[in-house]
Amino acid sequence: MTSESAATTPSHLATASQATWDRQSLLGLAIPLGLVAIFGLYPALQANASAREAMFTVLMAVALASSLNILLGYTGYVSFGHIVFFGLGGYIGFWVIDEWGLHLLPAALLGGLVSAALAFLLGLAILRLRGAFFALATIGINEAMKALVVNLPFLGGPTGLELHFSVYRNYGGPARALWLSYWSLVVVAVIVVVVSYLVKKSKFGLGLMAIREDEDAAEIMGVVAPRTKTWAYMLSAFFPGIIGVLFFFKNGIIEPASAFRLHISIELLVVIMLGGAGTVLGPVLGAAFYQRLRGLLLTTEFFKDIQLAVAGALLLLIVLFIPGGAIGWLRSWHRFPALRRVLE
Amino acid sequence: MTATVSAGDGILLRVDHVTKQFGGLTAVKDVSFELPEGLILGIIGPNGAGKTTLFNCINGVYPPTRGQILFRGKRLTGLPTYRIARLGLARTHQIVRPLNELTVLENTMVGACYGRENLSLRQARHVAYEVLELVGLAAKAQALAGTLNVAQKKRLELARALASRPYLLLLDEVLAGLNPTEVSAMVETIRQIRERGVTIIIIEHIMHAIMNLSDHVIVLNYGEMIAQGTPAAIAADPRVIEAYLGNPELAEKLLTIDRSAA
Repeated sequence: MTSESAATTPSHLATASQATWDRQSLLGLAIPLGLVAIFGLYPALQANASAREAMFTVLMAVALASSLNILLGYTGYVSFGHIVFFGLGGYIGFWVIDEWGLHLLPAALLGGLVSAALAFLLGLAILRLRGAFFALATIGINEAMKALVVNLPFLGGPTGLELHFSVYRNYGGPARALWLSYWSLVVVAVIVVVVSYLVKKSKFGLGLMAIREDEDAAEIMGVVAPRTKTWAYMLSAFFPGIIGVLFFFKNGIIEPASAFRLHISIELLVVIMLGGAGTVLGPVLGAAFYQRLRGLLLTTEFFKDIQLAVAGALLLLIVLFIPGGAIGWLRSWHRFPALRRVLE
Repeated sequence: MTATVSAGDGILLRVDHVTKQFGGLTAVKDVSFELPEGLILGIIGPNGAGKTTLFNCINGVYPPTRGQILFRGKRLTGLPTYRIARLGLARTHQIVRPLNELTVLENTMVGACYGRENLSLRQARHVAYEVLELVGLAAKAQALAGTLNVAQKKRLELARALASRPYLLLLDEVLAGLNPTEVSAMVETIRQIRERGVTIIIIEHIMHAIMNLSDHVIVLNYGEMIAQGTPAAIAADPRVIEAYLGNPELAEKLLTIDRSAA
């Protein structure tokens, strides 16, 4: 059973591997954070609005995908309708800015909290469902929320809301307001990546991954799955709520059709699967790559109308051939075991 | 029947007239027994006798249709599995359930983190290494659980359960599928676990192993407990021989193995 050396190694192994583990796993945080910092600072160096708009899209995808990854990648629950939290948070924040004149930052926080609260309530009902049933329920919720908003006059019904131009005056003019929403997004993206890393490295994250691998076995080991899943769902809904407020504040207009776009949910899945579900770096890489690809397709005559079909085909190919995504694939290289420890 | 077990009487688990029905099928029928602390209880019986169902009733996978189960004086009936796990009751699965995409160490840490002692990640890592050493998997700590062979996966089941520092350990056929060398190594490991003060219930088909390990044996057949007693008494019981062992010759052989091993 045990060789003599095996009997002496473990405690020694535990401390030695502890030290290297800490150092290498810090790289696992530094790499994705570095990338986010580069994306975030690029428009400031360029000092132009179009670079800022391009990077807004990339960082938004990074932050949305990383949030969804907490549920999809760590917990193994596929939410197809995750954009509902982006839309709902966006609406709530937009409304309080427009109606009460609340500042963008508390409004964004409020949007996040409302989305998390919705996730809590929904979680009570649908987190009991497993696999495809959960995924279907999330689509239903997005559509239901869209229909609800269309029928709420104070949120502008089907035509939505438009920010009074005067609102931007509180921020020193529209240009400064747009930069404020951009820098807020950069900060949120950084926070999401750090949270994603901390969750993965925590006891909570270990519980989530145990649920992902075998929920019943995890419960038999003492993981309180209902509570743990609810926290994951709320966390993954909180940030999209904030991001929705930042995005629609920047746009100055919000309407049901743009707030609850189901296809963005699907694109987020492509982003996560492309980079690698359940990894910290995956959604960051996936977002950058996918947004670049999308930009190229949209500006190509042949592809511009079938851009979503390409995304769908891409998702199919990833699921079939590299289910671990780019990072999962790199981590599985046996010749470079160090990659396993550096790429989180 | 309603009295709670006082802490002092040394009874760790009391199974009280437990019945489990699935539709028209009675998988476990009116089973009662008491398990004092520190013993190894063996459960034997033909396939489909209700052994695993009984385990599932004890650790909360199924609520019993009738009857109740008391563990350290607490009613387990109706509690979810995770609550029961945290009270100090751990189990292994007959069909192994490794968390494939996690490492052997992480699998074991789940047991330690969420078990009876509710350890922090750092403490859990230490306990996990200690337990992996005991079951002989320390060298595989960093391997993904999905890459282990069957014998190693059985050991991982055991490691995860042990890492939770249980008072009571339910072992569901941990020896099945192992070769003779692996069996005797595992039997040795189980003995070591008992020496650490863990009470054990073991379901097993490998007769000489269970007869050697158990202090007390109960026999299930079609969900009913048809006999209980010391291993020697069980092996000599005509009802058991008839129901389970099939023919007296085999029983005779068993007894010889038992004697030679002891």
